[in-house]
Amino acid sequence: MSDKNIVVSVRNLNFAYGSQEVLRDVSFDIAGGEFLTVIGPNGGGKSTLLKILLGILKADSGDIKIFGQRPGISKKVGYVPQNVTAGRGFPITVEEAALMGRMLVKGGRTKPEDREFIRGVLDELQILNVAKNRMDDLSGGQRQRVLMARALASEPELLFLDEPASSVDMEGQVRIYDLLAKLNKKMTVVVVSHDLTIIPKYATSVACVSKTLHKHDEAEVTHDMLHEAYGVTPEMQEDCPLELIAHGHPHRVLKEHD
Amino acid sequence: MDILQYGFIQNAIMAGILASIACGIIGSLVVVNRIVFISGGIAHTAYGGVGLAFFLGISPLLGAGFFAVVAAVVMALITLNNKQRADTVIGAMWAFGMAFGIILVDLTPGYGVDLMSYLFGSILAVPDTDLVFMAVLDAVIIIYILAYYRQIHAVSFDTEYAASMGVRTGLVYTVMLVMCALAVVLLIRVVGLILIIAMLTIPPFIAERWSASLKKMMVISSLLSLVFTLAGLYCSYVFNLTSGASIIAVSSVSFFFFITYDKLSKSFKNKLA
Repeated sequence: MSDKNIVVSVRNLNFAYGSQEVLRDVSFDIAGGEFLTVIGPNGGGKSTLLKILLGILKADSGDIKIFGQRPGISKKVGYVPQNVTAGRGFPITVEEAALMGRMLVKGGRTKPEDREFIRGVLDELQILNVAKNRMDDLSGGQRQRVLMARALASEPELLFLDEPASSVDMEGQVRIYDLLAKLNKKMTVVVVSHDLTIIPKYATSVACVSKTLHKHDEAEVTHDMLHEAYGVTPEMQEDCPLELIAHGHPHRVLKEHD
Repeated sequence: MDILQYGFIQNAIMAGILASIACGIIGSLVVVNRIVFISGGIAHTAYGGVGLAFFLGISPLLGAGFFAVVAAVVMALITLNNKQRADTVIGAMWAFGMAFGIILVDLTPGYGVDLMSYLFGSILAVPDTDLVFMAVLDAVIIIYILAYYRQIHAVSFDTEYAASMGVRTGLVYTVMLVMCALAVVLLIRVVGLILIIAMLTIPPFIAERWSASLKKMMVISSLLSLVFTLAGLYCSYVFNLTSGASIIAVSSVSFFFFITYDKLSKSFKNKLA
C-alpha cells in the first residue's frame, strides 16, 4: 500500500470513557477504494472508533489522519448512522433530509442545482419516487437509503456506515449491500457491522475490534478473526458452524440446533 | 363584536398574537426534541424570578426572564453532561423555583399582588409596556430561527450526524433551551407559568401530523395557538372565567378531539386496507 493511496491513517490510538478503557493502541490504514468491514462484539469499541474517525469524539492519544487532515468536518467524508436521533413523527420529507447533507457542508442558500443534484442521488438510490413523502411513510430499507442519500449529498470520497442494514429485512439488506458495492467503485467504503455474511461477498478487508484492532486484507471470515473479535475458538465453531452467521457475540443457544 | 372596542381586549388579542408566534416556533422545537419536561422545568423555575422581582421591587417579567434563562443554561449543561440524572435535577429545580418564589413573596413587605395572575395568566390585563416587551422577545426568537434554522433542524433530526458535519450540537441545544426560556416569559401573561407547558405542546403536537416540514409545523402550530387563544379569550369574556384556564381548556378539548379523530381514522383506514 503506497502512502499516496492511504485515505485513513491511525497510529497508537487510545480512548477511554472515564476509567473504562475502550480502545488500546489501535493502528491501521485504509487505502483508497477499499471496502472495509469492521466487526466485533457489542461494547468492543467499533462505534467509538467510528465516532473518533468522524471527529465526534476526541481520542485520548494517538495520531489520526483522514485524507492527511485531523478528523473533523470534511466534504470528502460521508456518514450513515444506524438511526436518526429524532423519533417517529418528525416532519421531514425525503428530499429535505437528503438536502440536509449537502447544505450543512456547502452553506448558503439552497439553489435549484442543489435540488437537481439531490434528485440525481435519490434516483441512483431508487427512492426518487418517494422524494416528496414524509420519512415516516417509508419502509426500514427506504429510510436507510435516505440516510445514504444524505451522506452522498456532499459528494464524499470516503463513506462510513454504522450497521446500515440492521433494521432491514433480508431483501432490503441485499439491496443495500449491492448498492454499497456499486458505490465502492467510486469511493472508499467502511462498514461497521455484526453481519459476517457480507464479508465474503462485498468486503475487500476486515478489521476485528475488541479493545484492540486487527486488520486483515482479505475478504473471508477465518477462525483467527472470530477469535480476535469475539473470543470464539475453533472448537466452539465445530460444535455449531452456524456461529459464523451469528449476530453480535456468538450465542450458545445455537448448540441446541445439533 | 362589541367586545373589540375595549382597549384591554385589543391588548389581549395583540398579546395572544405575539404569544402564538413564540408558541408555534419554540413549541415545535419542544415537541420534536422531546424536551417537554425540561420546558416545564424552566417555566416553573421562573416562578422563583417572579418572587425575587416582587421582593426587589422590579418588573416580574424581568425577574422571571432572568431565572428562566439561568435555569435553561443549567438544565442544558446537566442534560448534555449527565443525561441519566438530568430528570432528577430538573425536577428538583422545578420545585425549588416554585418554593423560592412563594417564600420571597411571603417576605415582601406590603405584599398585595395577585399571585394567580402569574400562575394562571392575565391576558385581559396586559399593559402596553408588556406588549412591547413581548414583541422584542418575539423578534429575538424569529431572528434566531431564521439565522440558525439549518443547524437547529439538523440537530433536532439527528444530533450525531449534525456533530459529524461540524455543527456545535451542545451550543445549538443550549441556545434552543434559552429561547425556550424567552418563550416562557412571553407566555406568562397569556396562560401563566403552570399552564405554559400545555401551550408549548398541544398546538405543535396537532400541527406535527399535518406538516411535511419543521417550518410548516411552526407556521401551523402558531396559527393553531392563535385560534385556541382567541377562542379561549372569547369564552373567558362571555362566561366570566379565568382567561388562561379558558385558553388551555379550549386547547385541551381540541387535543382530545384530534386524538380521537386520529385514532378513529387510522382504524377505519386499517379496516379498509
